[in-house]
Amino acid sequence: MVSELTIAERKFSLAVLAFLAVCGLAMAVAGNGDLLGAHGFIVLAASLGLVLLVGTRYYDPEPSEKRLLQYYDDPTKAGIVLAMVWAVIGMFFGVWVAALLAWPELTFVDSAWASFGRIRPVHTSGVIFGFGGNALIATSFHVLQRTSRARLPDQFSPWFVLIGYNLFCVVAASGYLMGVTQSKEYAEPEWYADIWLVIVWVVYFLIYIRTLQRRKEPHIYVANWYYMAFILVVAVLHIVNNLALPVSLGSAKSYSLFSGVQDAMVQWWYGHNAVAFFLTAGFLGMMYYYLPKRADRPIFSYRLSIISFWGITFLYMWAGSHHLHYTALPQWVQTLGMTFSVVLLVPSWASAGNALATLNGAWYKVRDDATLRFMMVAAVFYGISTFEGSFMAIRAVNSLSHYTDWTVGHVHAGALGWVAMITFGSFYALVPWMWRQERMYSPKLIEVHFWLALAGTVVYVFAMWNSGIIQGLMWRTYNDSGTLAYSFIDSLVAMHPYYIARTLGGALFLAGAVVCAYNIAMTIRMARLTAAPAGEVEDIPVASPVGAAPLQAGE
Amino acid sequence: MPRFHRKLERSAIGFVLAIIGVSAIGGLVEIAPLFTIHETVEEAPDMRVYTPLELAGRNIYIREGCYACHSQMIRTLRDEVERYGPFSLAVESQYDRPMLWGSKRTGPDLARVGGKYSDAWHVAHLFNPRDVVPQSVMPRYGWLQRNELRVNDLGRHLAAHRALGAPYTEEMITNAAQDAYAQANPDSPNAGDVSQRYGAATNVRAFDGDASRLTEMDALVAYLQVLGRLTDAARTTATSRAE
Repeated sequence: MVSELTIAERKFSLAVLAFLAVCGLAMAVAGNGDLLGAHGFIVLAASLGLVLLVGTRYYDPEPSEKRLLQYYDDPTKAGIVLAMVWAVIGMFFGVWVAALLAWPELTFVDSAWASFGRIRPVHTSGVIFGFGGNALIATSFHVLQRTSRARLPDQFSPWFVLIGYNLFCVVAASGYLMGVTQSKEYAEPEWYADIWLVIVWVVYFLIYIRTLQRRKEPHIYVANWYYMAFILVVAVLHIVNNLALPVSLGSAKSYSLFSGVQDAMVQWWYGHNAVAFFLTAGFLGMMYYYLPKRADRPIFSYRLSIISFWGITFLYMWAGSHHLHYTALPQWVQTLGMTFSVVLLVPSWASAGNALATLNGAWYKVRDDATLRFMMVAAVFYGISTFEGSFMAIRAVNSLSHYTDWTVGHVHAGALGWVAMITFGSFYALVPWMWRQERMYSPKLIEVHFWLALAGTVVYVFAMWNSGIIQGLMWRTYNDSGTLAYSFIDSLVAMHPYYIARTLGGALFLAGAVVCAYNIAMTIRMARLTAAPAGEVEDIPVASPVGAAPLQAGE
Repeated sequence: MPRFHRKLERSAIGFVLAIIGVSAIGGLVEIAPLFTIHETVEEAPDMRVYTPLELAGRNIYIREGCYACHSQMIRTLRDEVERYGPFSLAVESQYDRPMLWGSKRTGPDLARVGGKYSDAWHVAHLFNPRDVVPQSVMPRYGWLQRNELRVNDLGRHLAAHRALGAPYTEEMITNAAQDAYAQANPDSPNAGDVSQRYGAATNVRAFDGDASRLTEMDALVAYLQVLGRLTDAARTTATSRAE
């Protein structure tokens, strides 16, 4: 990592790390007696550790000029590894919290950090931001370079983004365990972590735009539209939703600029579009590159790509208020949210259909190749869960589904079936390219992972559909004398078998992720052992266009 | 359209601006009017602010992630009103930063839990939920009873709320720590000041059953006991509708 930096970049990174260390020290001092202080020490330790890393390699020989003729893939490789580490951590916590709902004593007695409310956000942030975010950063660097036929602008900024982003994730997760949270769903980290993420994100955007400006392809490929929408809109959402006033500069606690009903609307405008632009747009970018590449088929339709991209970008932003049906939010906003959510089905199915139609003529590959099958199943689950989402946004349906496990099932149909599957598929395609191997260490283990993941998802989703609908019905059932038939605790008792089934489904999915991590680790080991830079000649920026070609051919 | 788009695709900056423009519309149309349309939040002259102790309790509720399983928003549906009480009004969470309406009910809604159970029930329930509700899957919160409540920065918390628009007076801010102690110790000489500053209906009790110590349990129970009790607006709306 350090040996690839030029001397100027090494100096600059030392300066940045020194600044970060000072920030950490200031947090530790100002936050004396507050949890902010603990985070100060984490920041300080991280930056000093990195100073040591850069310092010890400082006098290594500079990289040769020849590097500029090649793509810069090391940050992508590191991102893949980090994503898999977070996947295992995040999913482990997921299985743990699932088990706690079936067996509440399955924790360290009387340990605050290990109670459900504190470890649940470690699960959600771990899988969304840790696993998903690292996967997006890693693949976006790869796709951006290949489809632009340009190298990343420099060696420092990709590492800044990757490491800075992971520092954010560590501060977030450790904060939850200590009790630092804003309570905003999927935006729990406090004000200082939020500010840091903005800085990281701006650098991420600059990498993107600087590389695109130097592209040797006239057109910007569709995958990059999605990655750009992901970067831009997430920035806007993140900044607005997290506007807050810290209690003091020495306190981890802050109070939201918005309150009550306005805050509810802002939070769900953020929450739903975090799903749209983090968990959908970014991963559609992944799909639009790796699926046609792996299938070796052009994208089915250029027009459908355009319609679905702008449809998603425009319509999703209206849909957040469907999380607030029948609440104190004015009804006109609820109605707008419902309407746009239903219309949203059009661009969503346009994307899913475009992906599946791309496989026409390659279905025999789907049968034989588990990697491509991961991507195909992801597209199917994308179609299923967007249909379900539009359906659940209808006010009458929502009156039953809201507050129940049905919502949880819906989210996991999308998160396991779509987001995780497309990521695994993309990784299985990408890892051999990155480490210059003909294939993954074990194709058989990919097959094993595929069936574990599919079985886990199906068990999980069916358990939650059942429990959610039963819950919703029990809450609204009246007996003959016109009073409510069930107490709340009756409905909870009825959930027990489903909570066990859900834990089992999650455990299967986690087992699959562990198999994947092992397979990737062994592929990397295989690459170390062979250590012959064989296929290097084919994959350089001046070679024939890679990603853009399928689109042109498919018009 | 493809011809126009073909041009747009050739400009990175153009594409960036187009994404920002197209994505901004929905949020602007739905969010901005909520700040300008007056009827969005009802008038409730009797609405009071949280006392320092209740606010500290609310922050513990947030810290422990209670909102992940408990909603605080009763919807305008017959079964919800009959199960939990009058449906929630916007004004009731006017001073809630952030709001805690929630999105999932693994446990019941808490919007009107204030006054429904005794303090002793809450303490026992938080200590081990299965002692009072055998089938419960809620975690135990034994450490709340052990942890002394941190009060030294409560004044700053109130000041932050005032900066954002909550009507805390200078007197409330200066006496925040003292009021927190007094609210959980009815025999202290300052107990009267709490009712005087925050209203006669304010609960002044040894919430955790031990007036000699101010614990996190005191704060959380004080908060739970005031949920749905900051204003009578929801109850009067319900009564006037019934008539």
